Amino acid sequence: MKVSYFPGCTLKNKAKILDVYARRCAEVLGVTLEEIDNWQCCGGVFTSKDEPGSKLSSVRALKFAFEKSQPLVSVCSACHNVLKQTNHLMQSDEAFCTKVNRYMAEDSAYDGSTQVYHYLELLRDVVGFDKIREAVVNPLKGRKIAPYYGCLLLRPSSVMQMDDPENPTIFEDLLRALGAEVVVSSMRNECCGGYVTMEKPEFAKKKSLDITSNMQAMGADMIATACPLCKYNLDKNSDAIPTVYFTELLAEALGVKEECDNA
Amino acid sequence: MHNDSRKIADEIILRSGVNPRRCMKCGKCSGTCPAYEEMEYHPHEFVYMVESGEVEPLLNSKSLYMCLSCFACVDRCPRGVEPAKLVEAVRNAYLRQQDNKHMNADDVPAKLDDDLPQQAIVSAFRKYRK
Ligand code: SF4
Ligand code: SF4
Repeated sequence: MKVSYFPGCTLKNKAKILDVYARRCAEVLGVTLEEIDNWQCCGGVFTSKDEPGSKLSSVRALKFAFEKSQPLVSVCSACHNVLKQTNHLMQSDEAFCTKVNRYMAEDSAYDGSTQVYHYLELLRDVVGFDKIREAVVNPLKGRKIAPYYGCLLLRPSSVMQMDDPENPTIFEDLLRALGAEVVVSSMRNECCGGYVTMEKPEFAKKKSLDITSNMQAMGADMIATACPLCKYNLDKNSDAIPTVYFTELLAEALGVKEECDNA
Repeated sequence: MHNDSRKIADEIILRSGVNPRRCMKCGKCSGTCPAYEEMEYHPHEFVYMVESGEVEPLLNSKSLYMCLSCFACVDRCPRGVEPAKLVEAVRNAYLRQQDNKHMNADDVPAKLDDDLPQQAIVSAFRKYRK
């Protein structure tokens, strides 16, 4: 199966490895991530519907996938959040949708019909965790891993609809399918301090330490995330346990980590 | 209160799509806000101050730049008020005035380190400038 893929700016730069693992693992599981042409940065954060100009890059990506009759997949939590919220506006807000289509002035209008998946949803809803369990060659036995969702995968839940925003299980279920022992922390959906880390590193430090120390106290040896900014904040602010991309763990379990690391 | 303030408040309400009258003043939004301690005005105060037309202090407050867009207040408000959308609308109302910005490109290099992801920089720019 082929899907349209929006990597986003960070996966082309500081988080390259997140992208490399994601593509290779998808191949192993029978999905090809086809990078869309000429994508532009999502903007990192979804602001108000009152700023249609800031949503055009997302609409172009969504429309590109629509024209190929493919779902649109991203791995970065922030890209996924912006794409999904923008798509929701295109579906539900007629004034916004009209304004955007008039501005783009393309031959055909876009109405929000593209299916938008985060990579985790692709694994759960398209590939299936059972199939992943079967594909594991190197189970993560004895590894105590705390999944960290952060904010952007889950909220606003009425739009994101990935999982129960206060008691999500998608990440846990994946890690269990990979053979890991899962550590479930109540801090897994609290904010790491996000981009405010630039202006107020001490603030992000406090937020991140609240999370990492809780997970460590619950017995985790490592934290798994999908978001480059979460990884940055958690890693920078805690020496105690490392934070890794979930795609790295997936690559390890599927037996392709080494070839990705050497690619 | 200034007549002007009322007009600005009404414009903010209109643009945000939020109805502050739905708020029952339970404070849950502020209780769950990760930036609470850094804010001079908290999410529930944004709601009632915009409702009462007291927008000047909000427009000039650094609290605007502490909102992380984590959407915790949006998800956890029992009345569906969506306070973050008001914070956004107030931020826009300030930044759209001529020459108002909270960060310039020249400010960025000093804030970088080797690992900072691009995502942080573009997010900050989106929140701190027009
Ligand atoms: S959580 Fe909702 S109802 Fe409660 S104070 Fe905040 S905006 Fe008002
Ligand atoms: S969206 Fe902003 S105001 Fe709302 S809880 Fe998060 S940081 Fe606080």
